[in-house]
Amino acid sequence: MPTIVIPPLRRLLQRWGVHPDSHKYPAAGLDIEDAGLPDMLRLPLSQHVGAPAKVIVEVGERVLRGQLIASTGGKISAPLHAPTSGTIVAIDEAVVPHPAALTDVAIHLRPDGLDEWIPLKSELYPINLSEREISDRVEDAGIVGMGGASFPSAVKLSLGHRSKVTTLMLNGSECEPYLSCDDRLMQENAHAIIEGARLILKATGATRVLAGIEDNKPEAILAMKLAAKPFPEVHIVKIPSRYPMGADRQLIKMLTGIEAPADGRAADVGVLVHNVGTAYAVYRALRYGEPLTERVVTVAGGAVSAPRNLRVRLGTPMAYLFERCGGLRVPPARVVSGGPMMGIGVQNLDTPVVKGTSGVLALAAAEVGEREASACIRCGSCVEACPVGLLPLEMAARIHANALGEAEEIGLDDCLTCGACGFICPSRIPLVQYFQHAKGELASRSREQKRLDTIKELTEAKAARIEREAREKAEIHARRKAERERAQAAEAAAKAARAAEKETEA
Amino acid sequence: MLTAVISLAAISSGLGLALGLASRKFHVEGNSLVAEVQAMLPAANCGQCGFPGCAGAAEAIVDGSAAPTCCPPGGKVVAQAIADHLGITLAAGEDIRPTIALIQDHLCIGCTKCIKNCPSDAIIGATKQLHIVMDEACTGCNQCAEKCPTGAIEMLELPQSIHNWVMPQPARYS
Repeated sequence: MPTIVIPPLRRLLQRWGVHPDSHKYPAAGLDIEDAGLPDMLRLPLSQHVGAPAKVIVEVGERVLRGQLIASTGGKISAPLHAPTSGTIVAIDEAVVPHPAALTDVAIHLRPDGLDEWIPLKSELYPINLSEREISDRVEDAGIVGMGGASFPSAVKLSLGHRSKVTTLMLNGSECEPYLSCDDRLMQENAHAIIEGARLILKATGATRVLAGIEDNKPEAILAMKLAAKPFPEVHIVKIPSRYPMGADRQLIKMLTGIEAPADGRAADVGVLVHNVGTAYAVYRALRYGEPLTERVVTVAGGAVSAPRNLRVRLGTPMAYLFERCGGLRVPPARVVSGGPMMGIGVQNLDTPVVKGTSGVLALAAAEVGEREASACIRCGSCVEACPVGLLPLEMAARIHANALGEAEEIGLDDCLTCGACGFICPSRIPLVQYFQHAKGELASRSREQKRLDTIKELTEAKAARIEREAREKAEIHARRKAERERAQAAEAAAKAARAAEKETEA
Repeated sequence: MLTAVISLAAISSGLGLALGLASRKFHVEGNSLVAEVQAMLPAANCGQCGFPGCAGAAEAIVDGSAAPTCCPPGGKVVAQAIADHLGITLAAGEDIRPTIALIQDHLCIGCTKCIKNCPSDAIIGATKQLHIVMDEACTGCNQCAEKCPTGAIEMLELPQSIHNWVMPQPARYS
């Protein structure tokens, strides 16, 4: 296995990104522990990008661990499985990880403590399965991108079939501060991750695996290198620690020097990026037949007594995880689902862990460091930090003036909302909130426009139908009238004929 | 005397001819802006704006007697599009949220009156069967509610959900 090293010149030329304090310890130094079962699991139906899953169980039904409880809701969607055995007690609205603490439909499952699995179909040599079979089983297992984006993995695999993919990139960068779930997973389950990557490699038809791991995780790099030793197609590459290294385009740019086109996909440059957690889930699904029912979550933050990584069942409330880590030392200033840079601020501790939850953080006041925003001094720090090369200050000024179209013209669509600009801003301007607002607003406008177009179509169709019905009615009337007249005329003619006949007879 | 009469007659007939030709050549067929604005409106002719149909509203918007925000079914999207087209700015802070109809199950008698009166076919149901409104097709024009004999139809603002929520703009900094 030849070692691939990032050329120093590339490191120097790519100057984007920021360097937040990592805060990965003590959690990164401790083994992953099992979190156990809480009293209640709440499983939202939209844990992935795309259409929500469709419930196929009923209230009161007993389900086993791994049993399908909600099936795929569309082309881009993912099914959902029971994370443990127990009873479905409700299918009702529940709080989901969302910045405004909104609710969505969720399946409420009360565990019975037996944790009984459905019969699982294990495969001793999953690598011998066909490409089709691999991607089908990944789909059936409900696996989505475990790095946080939650894009259905099977859809991504079939994407590889359509456009020619040569390289599979394993994303082990874990650039968000505090989070160490991928780090621990790589240290403890490197073999499974490499096997999973080889399975994805087979399904996509790519020829090599490039696993990018940030240089602040030497133990993970070592473990992965050892596990990858027998496979010449798998390369473990040390990449510089920098935020947002884990964004797919940034990872590709650092690992290959190629920039994926803004209006295309990573697959356009022959690359498919999967998170290490996804590779692990793929291995579990194919080797042991286990659908996705749990994930590793980092529980950390200054307010948590004993931060560590836990293996958590989907649907577990955050409050339970904090309790499991020794409780909260101080009342948290902010609770976050995900990483501190891109995670979601949470107001309700009942918020469940979903498939994309990589961390659950309770941050103390000193860590939040909230300060009032002041005017932009046009220092350009945000421009230097932006990983995509945008002008955050200019975009924010336009959004401020409600000129969303202009902001779009100067690259709003390419913004990752990674938050590097707002992090570095000396005036503490909440830049990324501006971009999230503008993106949301534009999306909502286009949704609304679509709705109006549909309504217009329906209205015109109805008007046309009513007109047509009126015309048809008039036609029928006219025809009947004509028929009647013809009949009358015929009768009159017959009468006349009879009269004439009588006359001749007479 | 005769020269004056002839020359004046010639000048006036020449000018008359020129004017006549010009009026044909540069003929304006109504205000084209009205048609353009009308094409942007939802075409439901619901009358919520207080004008006779979308054509009337388009005329009023173009001549300035109505604001582009006068169309509740169109909402922010249509208002913004019209304002951009006419080169005017919308009054700030005027948030118009479209409403949709909701049929209360226990009051619906299945008379189909609302179905017949819905301009966008947004209500489904059959005689003596419970009717239901498809949110996606409802303009909130209120015509069903007016015709409902039991008052079973309520007009509601679209509820906020994770599917339509938008991050609010951060507070202004100085």
